[in-house]
Amino acid sequence: MNAKDILGRRGEQLAVEHLQRAGLRILDRNWRCADGEIDIVAAERRALVVCEVKTRSGVRYGTPLEAITRQKRNRLRRLAIRWLVAHGILFDEIRIDVVGVLRSESGEFSVDHVRGVG
Amino acid sequence: MALARTHSIALVGVQGHHIEIEADIENGLVALLLVGLPDPALREARDRIRAAIINSKEAWPQRRITVGLSPASLPKRGSSFDVGIAVAILGAAEVLPAASLADLMFIGELGLDGRLRPVRGVLPAVAAAAAAGFGSVVVPADNAPEAALVPGIRVLAAASLGSLLGWLRGGCPADGAAGVTVWLGGSLPPDGAGQARADVPGRDLAELVGQPTARRAAEICAAGGHHLLLLGPPGVGKTMLAERLPTILPPLEAAAALEVTAIHSVAGALPPGGPLLSHPPFCAPHHTATKAAIVGGGSGLIRPGAASLAHHGCLFLDEAPEFARDVLDALRQPLESGEVVVARLGLTARFPARFTLLLAANPCPCARAAGSGPAAVGSAGLAARPAARAACTCAPAARRRYLARLSGPLLDRVDVKVEFLPVGRAELLSDRQFTEPSSVVAKRVELARERAAFRLRGTRWRLNGEIPGSELRRSYPPAPGALAPLERAMDLGEISARGVDRVIRLAWTVADLTGVARPTVTEVSYALGLWLGAAS
Repeated sequence: MNAKDILGRRGEQLAVEHLQRAGLRILDRNWRCADGEIDIVAAERRALVVCEVKTRSGVRYGTPLEAITRQKRNRLRRLAIRWLVAHGILFDEIRIDVVGVLRSESGEFSVDHVRGVG
Repeated sequence: MALARTHSIALVGVQGHHIEIEADIENGLVALLLVGLPDPALREARDRIRAAIINSKEAWPQRRITVGLSPASLPKRGSSFDVGIAVAILGAAEVLPAASLADLMFIGELGLDGRLRPVRGVLPAVAAAAAAGFGSVVVPADNAPEAALVPGIRVLAAASLGSLLGWLRGGCPADGAAGVTVWLGGSLPPDGAGQARADVPGRDLAELVGQPTARRAAEICAAGGHHLLLLGPPGVGKTMLAERLPTILPPLEAAAALEVTAIHSVAGALPPGGPLLSHPPFCAPHHTATKAAIVGGGSGLIRPGAASLAHHGCLFLDEAPEFARDVLDALRQPLESGEVVVARLGLTARFPARFTLLLAANPCPCARAAGSGPAAVGSAGLAARPAARAACTCAPAARRRYLARLSGPLLDRVDVKVEFLPVGRAELLSDRQFTEPSSVVAKRVELARERAAFRLRGTRWRLNGEIPGSELRRSYPPAPGALAPLERAMDLGEISARGVDRVIRLAWTVADLTGVARPTVTEVSYALGLWLGAAS
């Protein structure tokens, strides 16, 4: 496994723990379909939360949250519909969240959770 | 997340408009949205501000930031909102106490490294801030001397965004902070000590030997703010005289100096260091100048033209017939109203432009025509001049066409027409004893202006040349019977109704210069002679 994949795994694990502490129920992880992958599928009350995790080891190429573009958000919306169709569960609301995980030079991780980006 | 508010000034012409800058940070994709009709320079502020904040060792908020500039309908141009936007963003990110920002005014451009870079038009912007009731204003350090010309405002001169943030975090102490110095507005001497005269030192009216009539005409124009046409072959001193006219004008009064400095500030034409322009400006555009260069305009930021840069001073058009016709005609509006109005999509900029117009022209394209004694160059005259010009190679029609470019409504507004005659050696030598240095003439001019100002006290006008015709006829009639020469000239069709008003104004100035209480037949006749151009 590449170093960047290990970092990504670690970031996703931290994100899941962060979301659980925040009171979200994790429904699915790394769900794949023909259109792509959802990192985390969770539920908060009656809302389906599709969550993208971005992990970086520094800000030389921008912060993790800056890496989420409008196109990526639109793809997540499509994937959310795919997931709903595949699982046949009804929700009042679909929400896209983003979790940025940043590893500092000292090796500590900081997690930033942004609710409802689109 | 939160909302923060700061203030800035948008300039339209030399008029400042209060702008409220609001920054709102909310959940969403990382982005900075700028709303409120920004122009390209302002849209680029997003990238400047981001780099400046990061390079000032502050964190860029990782959220969706919306910056609104209101009133939203006023188009905003330029980079002077950078500092206000950056501080508002940091206030909304709760890096700065948002409450302490709400009463502050910020003007300045940000460099990528976080430096505060100087901007144009700081003087009118700070004056607008003071008028809007702001007690203190933050400006780039390089603009501080200019900003401090405005009385009754505290100027905080910041060198960089970092030092400005330090001052804001410290609770905005009244005595400034590291990198933020305090200037008290109006503390500079209003007469602008240390400011060199606008003209080149060493120029003196006494150098114009052999042209006593022209020297006298220049004195009258300086005393009354009258427009002047200098006509003559090359080498007789037309340009020389025009360039020396500023040396006999008195220094500007404080209010006028601020007006002039504000216009030059918007044009980016202020000298560094001692910024107050306390002497009448002299502006001599080349005859290839476009209409926009003369009356103001340009895409994006509307700039004042030469007519406005010559406000309260002289606008000198050398080789006036070579100017494009539409350029000369564009001067008619400022000559009449004393201001230039430039209309653009969504806004109208007004620039004051009350100048003394100096026109210099050759009598014909070949310019070899020697003077043939008194010639009528009044509204009726230019085309019908004596044709006895031995050396001139121009066809009569060409000669007529050449000066006809100037004639009509523009020449009707020129009060004094002087024909320069070539001077012989004997005349040069004998005139030498009559020349007076500029300082002597300037004293007479100042005295005459004082007389006029005293008579005009309680009105908006200071000079005889500024009095509107209706007011002139109602409140300032010449002595009884003095109008006889004018009535004769009108009967002969030599002068228009507006010309009559102009001659009366001129007669008042002649009276002021000679110390006569009210113009008599002598002054009116002399003024009529100047107006017709037959005084040489």
